Amino acid sequence: MHSTAYIIKFIVILTGTVALGLTGLREVTKGAADRNEAVFNKKAILKSISSHLQEDMNMKVKDMSDEEVIDIFDSRVKQYVLDMDGNAVDEAAVVAAGHKGGKAENVDMAKEKKKDEADRLLPLFVYEKDGNTFYIISVRGNGLWDEIWGCVALKEDLRTVAGVSFDHKAETPGLGAEIKDNPAFPKTFEGKKIYGDDGTYTSIVVRKGGARDQTFEVDGISGATVTCDGVTEMMQRGVKYYEPYFATIKK
Amino acid sequence: MAETLVQDVEKKGTFEFGKKERKLLTDPLNENNPITVQVLGICSALAVTTLVFPSVVMAIAVVFVCAFANLFTSLLRNAIPKQVRMIVQLVIIASLVTIVELVLKAFNYEVYKQLSVFIGLIITNCIVMGRLEAFAMANKPWQSFLDGVGNGLGYGAILIGVALIREIFGKGTLFAGSPIQMNLIGANNVSTQYWINTAAESGIGTFFSWYSNNNLMVLPAAAMFIIGIMIWWQRSKYPQLVDVS
Repeated sequence: MHSTAYIIKFIVILTGTVALGLTGLREVTKGAADRNEAVFNKKAILKSISSHLQEDMNMKVKDMSDEEVIDIFDSRVKQYVLDMDGNAVDEAAVVAAGHKGGKAENVDMAKEKKKDEADRLLPLFVYEKDGNTFYIISVRGNGLWDEIWGCVALKEDLRTVAGVSFDHKAETPGLGAEIKDNPAFPKTFEGKKIYGDDGTYTSIVVRKGGARDQTFEVDGISGATVTCDGVTEMMQRGVKYYEPYFATIKK
Repeated sequence: MAETLVQDVEKKGTFEFGKKERKLLTDPLNENNPITVQVLGICSALAVTTLVFPSVVMAIAVVFVCAFANLFTSLLRNAIPKQVRMIVQLVIIASLVTIVELVLKAFNYEVYKQLSVFIGLIITNCIVMGRLEAFAMANKPWQSFLDGVGNGLGYGAILIGVALIREIFGKGTLFAGSPIQMNLIGANNVSTQYWINTAAESGIGTFFSWYSNNNLMVLPAAAMFIIGIMIWWQRSKYPQLVDVS
């Protein structure tokens, strides 16, 4: 039987050693980890215009190397952060809202989703090359088990969807997770419209049992109705947040 | 404490590799398998086995954590105060798991994203804690290390076996998510019902193009059936494993 003093000494030495060791390792790997995370996020954004990039560079986004992703992103993408009234917010305000770095790519949508609707910040990425302009916006909603989110790329007319990319936290693999894993699902969004001919806001509906209206609807995934309804809700609400901004460009 | 540590290193002697050591490595692969016989670590076996590639990464992580947790616990076994031994074991396991997490984050971020929750949950994987209590607290470091490797491998073997069946029949692919991803069975072109075909993009031809993926296989329940069948098969082959009570 050990004395209490020995136990305390043992625990203090053990935890001290472990804490120092892990902190050291974290410092060593931090650079690589941060870079990986940034590339991961940039890739997700570029995936929403993968069809265009495929045509333009004959290359799939998922096959791009880290350097290529960073290069494309830095040379062709401008990023802005907007408030709910469609006005650009400066970096200091974004940092003050709790997003280190202050750029649109640093905006943590999970944090923004917890705020009141009127106070949220919206990241916006504008891709521009050789006269091709895409407005890439960020949306976030709820799936079956946890949150789902995605990027929606709009063409220059701000009405036609150029592409989308989705991700999720914990949807069922093979069912809800297909919104990300199955490249065919995001592909069905391409060319759909978020405004009707008369300018009314429609956004996009994921329809269980198959799309009824080819302009505004896409086919649902069988066995993943709740996730698909989540995508619909996210597209309806999330895209609408950017309407005040769209109005300023259209003028 | 330092004294006992030194004593331990001396007592350990050479890294002998005799019959007993071999048995430590091979036993958990079959007759004393952590999943099918000891019935430990079932939860993660149900959760991560939808795809082969993450299962392989998970298996490597568990071998690493299990082996080194056993090693460190065994090295410290005479110094660890009995009253707080569980907490000490947890500290050791948790730090090893954190190492795995940090390394993965720096070297393969996509797999880290895929496995993030489960890597953290290795801490609660009963295999690790079970081996520390049952073996490492009472055996020499070298033997404990081998026991950890053996149990990690036994766990990994079942994991990969289950994942192979689930991925092939559930998604029609093999090693999806890794650089050597291939389509094995099922349709290869985009059909109107795109969800039937999950691996639409690969160039490699597939067999049995009439096959449509079995959605049950991607659900955790499928792993339950597969592990159950494995246990059944193993016990009918090795009757001494059958619990007669």
